[in-house]
Amino acid sequence: MNLKNNIAVSDSGFVFNPASGESFSVNPIGLEMLNLLRQGLSQEEIVTSIEKDFQAEKINIERDFNDFIDMMKQYHLMQNEDE
Amino acid sequence: MITKKRYERPVIKKLESNMPNKFGMRTEYEPVMHIEGAAVKDLIAKYGSPLFVISERRIRKTFQTAKQAFETRYPRVQFAWSYKTNYLNAVCNVFHQEGAWAEVVSGFEYDKAIQNGVPGANIIFNGPDKSEQDLRKAVTNGSLIHIDHLDELYMLQEIAKSTKQRPKVAIRVNMDTGVYPVWDRFGFNFENGQAWDALNKIMFSGTMDLVGLHTHIGTFMLSPNAYAVAASKLTNLAQRLQQKYDHEIKYIDMGGGFASRNTLKGAYLPGVDTNPTIDEFAEAITSALINSDFRPKNPPLLILETGRALIDDAAWLLGSVIANKRLSDGRRSTILDIGVNILFTAFWYAHKITPAQKFTSYTEDTVLYGPLCMNIDVIRDNITLPLLNKGDQVVVHHVGAYNMTQWMQFITLRPKVVMIDMDGKVHVIRNNESLENLLELEVVPSHLSTFEL
Repeated sequence: MNLKNNIAVSDSGFVFNPASGESFSVNPIGLEMLNLLRQGLSQEEIVTSIEKDFQAEKINIERDFNDFIDMMKQYHLMQNEDE
Repeated sequence: MITKKRYERPVIKKLESNMPNKFGMRTEYEPVMHIEGAAVKDLIAKYGSPLFVISERRIRKTFQTAKQAFETRYPRVQFAWSYKTNYLNAVCNVFHQEGAWAEVVSGFEYDKAIQNGVPGANIIFNGPDKSEQDLRKAVTNGSLIHIDHLDELYMLQEIAKSTKQRPKVAIRVNMDTGVYPVWDRFGFNFENGQAWDALNKIMFSGTMDLVGLHTHIGTFMLSPNAYAVAASKLTNLAQRLQQKYDHEIKYIDMGGGFASRNTLKGAYLPGVDTNPTIDEFAEAITSALINSDFRPKNPPLLILETGRALIDDAAWLLGSVIANKRLSDGRRSTILDIGVNILFTAFWYAHKITPAQKFTSYTEDTVLYGPLCMNIDVIRDNITLPLLNKGDQVVVHHVGAYNMTQWMQFITLRPKVVMIDMDGKVHVIRNNESLENLLELEVVPSHLSTFEL
C-alpha cells in the first residue's frame, strides 16, 4: 500500500500527479495520512499515530482511512500491488 | 496535559479548471445552529430527529409583507389561507388571526375550517370534488362556492331549488396566460368560450348569486406577467357580465401559485436570488385590474389564495446523519433520517441544506439519501457539503408548504411538528405518530388473528 513515487505533495495539501497532469487538494488530516504513507508506515501505524494526535476514536479513523485510500486508488494515486 | 487536535475525516478532492460541474457552486459558508433563537441540538434532543420547526414570527411577517404589497396598490384586498398547503390548526389560526379567510378544496378541509371557527361566509370552497352533502352544507353556511365543472353547476341548481336557498357562487376559469403547462383541467376554459357559457347558465338559471370570478393559473410561477394576462381575462368576463346583465361581480379571486424562495430542480441559480418577489406579483395583478376597461361602481374585492409563498420560508426540517458511504463511482453518499415520505418537496426542489454544527472549508460533492429502503428516496442528487459525520445534524430550509400535508406514513412514522411563538417559546403543534395510532385503524379478521411458524 504505497503512494506512487512521482506524486508531489505540498505542505499546504496540494497534490499533483505529473503523469496525468491532474491536481488535487487534501484537508489537514488527509495531508497527515499522505505524509505518513510516504514514510512507509502501515495502516495500523498510521491509525495509531492519528489517534495519538487527534480527538477521534480508532474505529472511526480506521474507517475514514480506508475510505481515503479507496479514493486515492480511484484517482490512480496509489501503486498497484504488483508494481 | 497535551490537548489533541480537532479531528475531521480525510478528504481528497480533484481540482477542476473546466466548466462548473453539476454540483454547482458552494453556497453554504455558515452553519445554522439556531432557529429563532432555539438551538438546533436542543430542539432535536428534546423533540427527536427528524423534526419540523415552524416560526410564528416568520409567518406573520411574511403575511404582513404580502398584504402590504397588495394593499398599497389596490383598495380592497382579502387573503384566504390555502388549507391544502399546510392545514395544521396552529398554522391556520395564525393566518386567521392575521385576517385571512379559509380556502378549502375538500369536505374534510371545509369541516376543519369550520372547527377552527372560521365563519361559513369566509370560507372559499374550491376543487373538483365537492359532494352533494358538502355543497348543501356550504350553501346553508353562505360559503363562496367556486364551481369547477357543469355537473357541479347542475347539482347546485338542484340544491338551490330543493332548499330554496341561493348559493353564492363563482366559476373557476382556466386560460392561456403564455406559460406552459396550461392548467386546463380545473374550471372552465376562457378561450374556447366554456367560461362565458357557464356564466350565462348561472345568470339564466336565476337560482344562484354569481358573486365572483376565480382563476388559479399554475404553481410556483416564475412569471408575474402571466398573472397580468389572467387578471385581464377575468376583467373581460366581468365587463361582459356588466354589459349583458347589468350585473356586477363582487370579487375577483386570482388564486395563488406565487413562487417561494425555494430553488426548482434544474435551476442554475438559487431561487432566493432569482424568483420574483411578492411585490412583483402584486404589481402585475393590480396594474392589470386598475388599467382594465372594466369600470364598476365599486372596485371588486381582490382575493388571493397564495399558500406556498406565505408558509414555505417559515418552516425548517431538522435531521441527523445516519451514515456515510461511497458510491461505486467514488461519489460521497450520506444517509439522513429525513426521507421523501416526510419531505415530499424533495421531488421538485433542490432544497437548501445546511449543517447545524461548525465545519471547515473542506467539502465533498455528495448525494443525500433518506432512510427509506426505496431507490426513490433521494433528498439531493448533487450537493456540495462540508464533511459530515454520523450523528451530525442538518437543517433543511423552506419546507413549510405541502410537506406537512402531503407527507405519508411510509416505512417510518411521521415526526413531531413544533412552533416557536413570538416570545421564543416552543410548542408541539403535532405529535409524532406511534404504532398504536396506526393500529387503531386496522382490523384483523378473527381467522387471521393467530398463526404458527
